[in-house]
Amino acid sequence: MRLLTLLGANLLRKPMRTSLTFVSLAIAFLLFMLLKAVSEAFSGGVSLQGLDRIVIDSKYSMTDNLPVSYVRQIRSLDEIEQVTNMSWFGGYYMEPRNTFATYPVDPESYFDVFREQAVAAETLSRFRNIRVSAVASEALAAQYGWKLGDAIHIVQDIFPLEDGSWTWQFEIAGTFEYAGGQLLLINYDYFNEAVVGWAKDQVGWLVGRVADPKAVDDTIRMIDSMFENSSDPTRTTTEDEYRRQFASQVGDVGMISSMILMAVFFTIILLTGNTAAQAFAERVPELAVMKTLGFSDRSVATLVLAEAVALCVGGGVVGVGIALLLQPVFTATLGGMIGSFDMSGWTGAYALGLASLLGLTVGAYPAVAAKRLTIVEALREG
Amino acid sequence: MSELIRCANVCKDYVRGAESIRVLRNVDLSVEDGAFVALMGPSGSGKTTLLNLIGGLDSPTSGEIEVDGLRLDAVSARCLARWRAGSVGFVFQFYNLMPVLTAERNVELPLLLTGLSRSERRRNAALALDIVGLVDRGRHKPGELSGGQQQRVAIARALVSDPRLLVCDEPTGDLDRETADEILALLQTLNRDLGKTIVMVTHDPRAADHAVVTLHMDKGKLVAPVHRADAGSEDARSVA
Repeated sequence: MRLLTLLGANLLRKPMRTSLTFVSLAIAFLLFMLLKAVSEAFSGGVSLQGLDRIVIDSKYSMTDNLPVSYVRQIRSLDEIEQVTNMSWFGGYYMEPRNTFATYPVDPESYFDVFREQAVAAETLSRFRNIRVSAVASEALAAQYGWKLGDAIHIVQDIFPLEDGSWTWQFEIAGTFEYAGGQLLLINYDYFNEAVVGWAKDQVGWLVGRVADPKAVDDTIRMIDSMFENSSDPTRTTTEDEYRRQFASQVGDVGMISSMILMAVFFTIILLTGNTAAQAFAERVPELAVMKTLGFSDRSVATLVLAEAVALCVGGGVVGVGIALLLQPVFTATLGGMIGSFDMSGWTGAYALGLASLLGLTVGAYPAVAAKRLTIVEALREG
Repeated sequence: MSELIRCANVCKDYVRGAESIRVLRNVDLSVEDGAFVALMGPSGSGKTTLLNLIGGLDSPTSGEIEVDGLRLDAVSARCLARWRAGSVGFVFQFYNLMPVLTAERNVELPLLLTGLSRSERRRNAALALDIVGLVDRGRHKPGELSGGQQQRVAIARALVSDPRLLVCDEPTGDLDRETADEILALLQTLNRDLGKTIVMVTHDPRAADHAVVTLHMDKGKLVAPVHRADAGSEDARSVA
């Protein structure tokens, strides 16, 4: 037997209480991993691949469109290597709950701007040449079992077809790599041709790749000044800044996440602290006996502290483990909406550090009390 | 016989709120190595306090306590803890076993403080359980044992580090007469056959009869000892 055996036996003294505390901790750390990933997706998430990309949007609102002619004008600039247009399409597949991001795009320029989204040459060729085609991210295709040549129907709630119908039909031209989860790209030329009149020749926003990332601020100022006096002035930002602004439109996700996490951890501290205090109170005579047998004040305090840390770290490991195991599911369901959804190893390590700190916090009082315990009084009370 | 325990002019005060209560008053005591001493007296007479001082669980307010050559009143708490681990075994009225550990793990517990290997610790724990006649119940947790069996496990735990001194606080106070007699007979055996010095606090005159010497305490003072040459030792072990 080692002291670890005693530690384990003590933790299992009240299996129900320990289990409930353990599950609470695991859920708290699972929640931590989720919220941290969401928060980073909105407010952090600086992607090396996006450092040279800018987003050109309407100056007044993200919901306002821009003339498609801006694509040609911006592409003509020496400071821009490539630019592509995107629009929010919306709608759902078969059932209203089957929603995912869908963008009408120009196939050639889109994959030139988003080079990290690898697509096979033959897939790109089909996407370019078949006007009613669509390409799906691998996760999306896997989710619905789409195969090459499949006809899919997207029911619209924003853009009706010119004939008044709300159901758009596309042909799957293949898949592409997309770390963000679910994404469907449709051919802008077909969209522009088929959509109702009021929506023609417009794009939601443009994404450009700058020739010189060091001069990105100058390029941004130049583009915005080009359209400053037009009826559709622009507001250009880096891609990361755009993502942050998008997040701020739905609220400060980072702050909301932090507040939820603080509430969760405050509750967990109370819960676990109460458990540790109860466990200590029940064991006062036993701790006194340990001291009687010759265990030092320090070793008894360390044992009590180690139990609290073991409980919290154990819960943390399970919570982080579940989060990492479920990451593909979260990525598939949330990634398309918020961009990258990455629960990195660093986030896991951070969570486990937090778990250790939590254990030290809730174990501190019982440990100090155990250290100060006088044998005679404790045995008398026991 | 050499002197194992020496108390000289020992006083102990307890502070309760603003009040200081003197529990022991100038106690002088000498116990020889190998003695079996019973401490009797009414509640509040100070017998458990004296036992705690002899066992190094508490420090006197004044006076000297020397056990096996070590001045307990003059060493640090850490040193006292180390001394307790190797030199004294404790038996309590309510056994005070770890309920989450099996009997053999309870007995092994004090050995975690030694440099013994795991196999040596297990061997010694098994031997101690064998001495108290419980080697077949080693895998049972305290809750699965009777009161008498639990007290035997507690005695095995007290014995396992082979201390010269056993201090027993009402070891039969929670047991029926028959079981109490068995425990007292076991203590006698440990005293007689293994040479353990035993200081036992008891309220029960029949329990005290198993000791060689009975000391009476009253209002914090020792009164004259009663020697019982027929109580298990052929040579009368003395208490002054």
